[in-house]
Amino acid sequence: MDILIWILGGLTIGTALMVVLSKHPIRSVLFLVATFFLISCHYILLNAQFLAIVNIIVYAGAIMVLFLFVLMLLNLSQDKIQKTAYMLKISSVVIGGLFLIILIAALKDSIDFKPIEGVRTDIGYVKVLGETLFSKYLVPFEISSILFISAMVGALMLAKKEKEIIE
Amino acid sequence: MDYYLILCIILFSIGAFGMLIRKNMIVLLMCIELMLNSVNLLLVAFSAYYGSSDPQIFVFFTVVVAAAEATVGLSIIIMAYRYLKTTDISLFNNLKG
Repeated sequence: MDILIWILGGLTIGTALMVVLSKHPIRSVLFLVATFFLISCHYILLNAQFLAIVNIIVYAGAIMVLFLFVLMLLNLSQDKIQKTAYMLKISSVVIGGLFLIILIAALKDSIDFKPIEGVRTDIGYVKVLGETLFSKYLVPFEISSILFISAMVGALMLAKKEKEIIE
Repeated sequence: MDYYLILCIILFSIGAFGMLIRKNMIVLLMCIELMLNSVNLLLVAFSAYYGSSDPQIFVFFTVVVAAAEATVGLSIIIMAYRYLKTTDISLFNNLKG
């Protein structure tokens, strides 16, 4: 079990790095799908079975297909994208590393994480999640539907031809 | 628990690092998705350790917001591509004085 989570964590970090470092955008999308699958494996190990399935369906299924579709639609050739300058690359590495060190230093000792004794193991089931969602979080759930409608209308407005918007 | 805290910090830092180093707008959106997912993983780890299902509900709402954000962001990218014929973020500087 212990070895399993270490291997999974290492693979997750590796694929996430490949998302950032691979040159071609389609490769980045495919590595991001792999990252999402590995994060779903973490969810299953953490007793969140339903969330793991939702993560695969929504992220790896829907959102990543949307990204791939846009990439194919735009027909990008890599030579149109300018190379990042050398100094900018070095400063990005330094800033990213400093960000990592600051976050770890800030959070390392701040909270003492001890698992509570006798923790429930059925928290990830659909029944428990549904009861919580439709009793305690009913109003945010309804508001999120308004968010979806506004996002849909906004996407349609943006995707219209330019002349129609100006007129 | 420290394991998941460190793992999520590393994933979030990789996403932030990608935001700085990449020029393609679609890859920048993907880095945002990576950062959102690292936060989701940390919420699920908290939920497993405290035996409460509330953080998993928060993860649902994060997924909802991420889906809406990806839709609007990609349509903005398509508009920018129609206008500039590229998705290079460094050429997208019309507001610069």
